[in-house]
Amino acid sequence: MPTLLILNHLWIIPLLPLLGSAINGLLGWKWPNRIVHSVALGATGLSFACALEAVREFFASGQQFFRKEFFDWIVAGTFRAGFDLQFDQLTVVMVLVVTGVGFVIHIYSTGYMAHEEGYWRFFSYLNLFMFFMLILVLAANYSLLFVGWEGVGLCSYLLIGFYYLKKSATDAGKKAFIVNRIGDFGFMLGMFLLYRTFHSLDFQTLFDAASKPGVAIEPLGQFGTITIACLLLFMGATGKSAQLPLYVWLPDAMEGPTPVSALIHAATMVTAGVYVVARSHVLYMHTPTAMYVVAIVGCATAFFAATIGVVKSDIKKVLAYSTVSQLGYMFLACGVGAFGAGIFHLMTHAFFKALLFLSAGSVIHSMGGEQDMWKMGGLYSKIKITFWCMMIATIAIAGFFPFAAFFSKDAILFAAFNSEHGGKALYAVGLLAAVLTSFYMFRLIWLTFFGKNRYDEHHVHVHESPLNMTIPLMILAFLSLTGGWFALPALFGGKDYFSEFVAPVLGSGEIAGLENAHSLELTLSGVAMVAAALGLIVAWRMYAKDVRQGKSEGLHKILYNKYYVDELYQAAVVGPLVWISQNVLWKVVDVGVIDGAVNGIASGTTAAGDTARHQQSGNTRSYAVWVLVGVVVVFAIIFWPVLHPALFGGVR
Amino acid sequence: MVPTNYYLLLSAILFGLGIVAFVFKRNIITIFMGIELMLNAVNLAFVAFSQALGKPDGEVFVLFVIIVAAAEAAVGLGIIILTARNRRSLNVENVNLLKL
Repeated sequence: MPTLLILNHLWIIPLLPLLGSAINGLLGWKWPNRIVHSVALGATGLSFACALEAVREFFASGQQFFRKEFFDWIVAGTFRAGFDLQFDQLTVVMVLVVTGVGFVIHIYSTGYMAHEEGYWRFFSYLNLFMFFMLILVLAANYSLLFVGWEGVGLCSYLLIGFYYLKKSATDAGKKAFIVNRIGDFGFMLGMFLLYRTFHSLDFQTLFDAASKPGVAIEPLGQFGTITIACLLLFMGATGKSAQLPLYVWLPDAMEGPTPVSALIHAATMVTAGVYVVARSHVLYMHTPTAMYVVAIVGCATAFFAATIGVVKSDIKKVLAYSTVSQLGYMFLACGVGAFGAGIFHLMTHAFFKALLFLSAGSVIHSMGGEQDMWKMGGLYSKIKITFWCMMIATIAIAGFFPFAAFFSKDAILFAAFNSEHGGKALYAVGLLAAVLTSFYMFRLIWLTFFGKNRYDEHHVHVHESPLNMTIPLMILAFLSLTGGWFALPALFGGKDYFSEFVAPVLGSGEIAGLENAHSLELTLSGVAMVAAALGLIVAWRMYAKDVRQGKSEGLHKILYNKYYVDELYQAAVVGPLVWISQNVLWKVVDVGVIDGAVNGIASGTTAAGDTARHQQSGNTRSYAVWVLVGVVVVFAIIFWPVLHPALFGGVR
Repeated sequence: MVPTNYYLLLSAILFGLGIVAFVFKRNIITIFMGIELMLNAVNLAFVAFSQALGKPDGEVFVLFVIIVAAAEAAVGLGIIILTARNRRSLNVENVNLLKL
């Protein structure tokens, strides 16, 4: 039996970033950048190393599942929420992605943020985020998971509003926080319902209880307890993972620094919703209705966001909508029961989308802060490393063989094609979204790197980013290329190592009883490649020549304005809420009732005092009268027993 | 012998007259006289009770009251003289420095 040094002290993995955050947060303000990032990188790097060691121990010990209770957090009656961490194949993937990609992005940030104010603050937040994200993925019960869930939301808010002097940034932060709150409300209700039904929030206990033969599978269209619980959990997931209808915060979240967009709003936090759905797959398997909703929402989001991405001109906004779209794919995978494929795409997406954001950050850095693609162009020869890294990521996200997303997206589309209800439609929409993905990504490439330069060369001095920014790009480029190769043998009739790896947790996801599944998969792969090529060709035809930004009208205008969803929310939700707050809560309840009561008491006292004051006339004889009145009253009281029968004698 | 009640009735009438003079008159000296009248009404009551009960306590009280009244008259008349000098009036309505 090998010793389980890290596994038995699993808390060390999240604790290290927390320490880093605390040290930088408390002391960083007086330190030079060098010490600040040494602390932050040290904490994250050590955490990554510990994660690697934990994974090694996990496999060396031959366990399938590791769980340890460290201490009690809340104990009330039969309810127990403990600081329990668990480690299984799904956690392995998530922890390695979070710590690995997180570490790489930390390195990148040392270059990107080098000249920014609040360097220490940035790294303190970033480390804090790592802490909460690791809590989220390591948690062994819903309540602890929720701690991480809320914590990453907090860090997201802090980092979106990092440039707190900018109104749009603080607004975006608030928007992210409030929209997430709506989802979290559903998530909490879901947790309550689960506790009420299964009397536990512990993953192991809960899933064991749910998979007992007595628990019936609720047929499609029936809204039983599990269905409603799953839908509520999914509501939380739509908030966190930016799905319809709560995706609106993610594009605005691009106000944050670019490494934040890469780490939080592309690679890790926004995938938390997918993780939760995959983690709860035992429950979802009991409810085809909820699964179907997940699949449809995911598929719709994938397409919807992709259409908006097609017209955006801000390089980061394109990537933001792309993220929303790719998250939609992951939910589509979960919805059709291919949880493994969803997690697979989560992993590859973490690589290539982080790379895309970091490359975009490098472009913005080299342009001196410009984000509008219509003011770039022709950057290819000037920033070659960035270009090639971004190109690899673009090819990867478009889904060309043998890059990462080819395998993961294929697995998803294949699973969608074979799903029971409306699979072909889901597949068709997914494929269409893939065409759009390829299109908007190559549009981005052409607008940014090729054609004539559309910027003012006298003011913008394009320069390649320093090494501490380009090396992370290269690492991620390598991962974007190779990240999908776990599934490579499957293409030649072999095994899909990734889905086999996560099978102990998520189930095999094999489609049973399907004849010639392999040839079908090959065909679909071919179709997907054609789709990607189609997007590439259209983008090339439209943007390879010297283009100018055209007038926005018709469909383009609708897309450019994001289908007016923000305006719709403004009119339907925000507007009435503000109106009620202003005209009812403020002017009636606050001013009228609350202030009225307080001011009324005050002015009543003043009026009473004013009346009483006039009795103090200063006229001696009036005092004498009052003395007399007093005497009469005192006498009346004292002699009442005597006077009473005298005056009203005989009544008794 | 005159019944005690008669003395008490007389005392009450004198006291009431004193109050009326105190409350309704404007001249400070008249008010002062009202006060003296009330004091002496009380004295009368004390003496009457003393006689009725056959005890000297009431008479001793009366001696004290007369002493206090003498002191009070000295102080009170002093105040009146000063007021008359400063305000050139004996009307109590004009003595209203404390009034708002």
